[in-house]
Amino acid sequence: MTATIVPDHRGRYGEFGGKYVPETIMFALEELESAFEEAISDPAFNKLLQKELAIYSGRPTPLTLANRLSETNGGARIYLKREDLNHTGAHKINNAIGQALLAVRMGKKKIIAETGAGQHGVAAATVAAKYGLSCKVYMGKEDIRRQALNVFRMKLLGAQVIEVTSGSQTLKDATNEAIREWVASVEDTFYLIGSAVGPHPYPKMVKRFQEVIGIETMEQFDVISERKLPDAVVACVGGGSNAIGMFAPFIQSDVPLYGVEAAGLGVDTNHHAATLSKGSNGVIHGSLTKLLQTKEGQITEPYSISAGLDYPGIGPEHAYLHDTKRVTYEAVTDQESIAALKLLCVNEGILCALESAHAVAYSLKLARTMDENQSVVVCLSGRGDKDVHTLMEHVEGVEAE
Amino acid sequence: MNKRWESFQNSTQYRFVPYIMAGDPCEEATIELSLALQECGAAALELGVPYSDPLADGPVIQRAGMRGLGQNMTLEKTITLVSKLRERGLKIPVIIFTYYNLLLQLGENRFVTLAEENGVDGLLVPDLPYEESSYLREMCSNRHLALISLVAPTTHEDKLHKLSKEAQGFLYCISSLGVTGVRSEFRDGLSAFLHAARLNANVPVLVGFGLSSREQIQQFEETSDGFIVGSAIVNKIESLEKQLMSNREEAIMEFKHFIDSLLPVYSR
Repeated sequence: MTATIVPDHRGRYGEFGGKYVPETIMFALEELESAFEEAISDPAFNKLLQKELAIYSGRPTPLTLANRLSETNGGARIYLKREDLNHTGAHKINNAIGQALLAVRMGKKKIIAETGAGQHGVAAATVAAKYGLSCKVYMGKEDIRRQALNVFRMKLLGAQVIEVTSGSQTLKDATNEAIREWVASVEDTFYLIGSAVGPHPYPKMVKRFQEVIGIETMEQFDVISERKLPDAVVACVGGGSNAIGMFAPFIQSDVPLYGVEAAGLGVDTNHHAATLSKGSNGVIHGSLTKLLQTKEGQITEPYSISAGLDYPGIGPEHAYLHDTKRVTYEAVTDQESIAALKLLCVNEGILCALESAHAVAYSLKLARTMDENQSVVVCLSGRGDKDVHTLMEHVEGVEAE
Repeated sequence: MNKRWESFQNSTQYRFVPYIMAGDPCEEATIELSLALQECGAAALELGVPYSDPLADGPVIQRAGMRGLGQNMTLEKTITLVSKLRERGLKIPVIIFTYYNLLLQLGENRFVTLAEENGVDGLLVPDLPYEESSYLREMCSNRHLALISLVAPTTHEDKLHKLSKEAQGFLYCISSLGVTGVRSEFRDGLSAFLHAARLNANVPVLVGFGLSSREQIQQFEETSDGFIVGSAIVNKIESLEKQLMSNREEAIMEFKHFIDSLLPVYSR
């Protein structure tokens, strides 16, 4: 077990992380870092954060034993950490509340955010409404087309949705555009990043605001099962915010941890988002990490049926946990995740997000290799209402074949 | 520093440093545009490298990058393009403008070796701030390559002091917040910023980002030692794209006419 404290003062997780951004925003990262460190060491801020998570988002979220699913599947018992029961339907709100409270504390009146599937966009628009901030959400033209419902939700919440037409018109380009906007408006604007990515201190900050997932899970597991700790913990990984939040308190334990990436149509095709399985070291969105790219360094477009996992990079701490072998990263295809989603639906009455379905799919495989007195905890990062349209197209498409 | 940098430093003119994208709209056009810029009085040349995710650039340079990518232009080919420019008579310093990921994939060691072999004089990496640049800085200094420092109006005073002092080649002062691209207005307090930069710099202090007309450029003649024009030039190249592919001679004539109309009458 590694005892190294990460990140170091330069925001490094081993060789990963850092701040690869234009000089214009370096001062803002320093300002953000000191405001963040000051806030989280202030008991009043932590008390307020806890209160908001409880009375606004409905925390703590339950840890549910998936009885029938476990029985049908065989092997270890499967527990679901129900982040889908948060306000707005996913874990994204934990981080959005944390960063919005920080923005307010710093006296910022404007927030900007990037979004892919629209879940983080909705979370950002929600907290902007709640705390009286103006909000611009950058979203790729292609994603706007695919996620019309979330676009409408953001507008209802009073946010301005800005269509991004550069590059491949998806999450990576929306993030580039949000960074460009931040460079221009850095003096009065707070950039609310949605995943555990970006330049230091963002990965550290997002982890801090998501670690409530893992902390609650640890306490709840101790209470509801006969054992102190689960025998495995599984979470899906796009940028990696729900996973890093779930893993956070377990990293110093011996519990095996599994991150599940999107294999799309298969890791041996050109249509996947398996950054750790197939990527190499490079810089994306201000951070040195693993990413999908050509040998010359042009960033390539990932693919997954799940828009939230459809990202060519990954948070730098995941790259570090991968290289130090503390976390095992696996990849699950579109097909496997849809099968798992259906199985969870009919056995537990829970429609999870396509992202979370990747974690469920892997946990089913893993549980079958374990004893029935063992336990697997899965982070059910979000609910699946947003994916109904995609599922309908897929299920009806398959039936029509 | 080499002879090319020496004559750049010793020049008494108000220095004009243009930016163009390698491979936009094709390699031969890049060569002829570079030579035309030299004839128009460019003191140095910034050569951009096409990149999929140019987060410090506005739409004009983003589109130029897409055109360059369409020509399969890479960082390595951009470096070797410089030796072709030298063969064709380019005598001014050439600075490669590349995002850090391209440099990482080529390898920083390999970059400096290739740069030296091909007559490159400097390097500018818009997403590599000073804090992350110590290794590259050392590599460049071993090969007498200038790693150009950028300073912004938001740069803290003590950092501005340090960067100005250590600057090599020239000091690049960003005129305003935001990405590259044409602007109609500049920031208040810009002359104080330029003054502070100039106090400590041992190299010429140049102003860039958003300059697009003779009137704008002349505003800085007293407070800086030169200026950089990117988007306005790249925009012109975009409008000449077809002619640059088919009827290049005429296009180059028009391009030179445009550059002449942009430049202030040298008076220093």
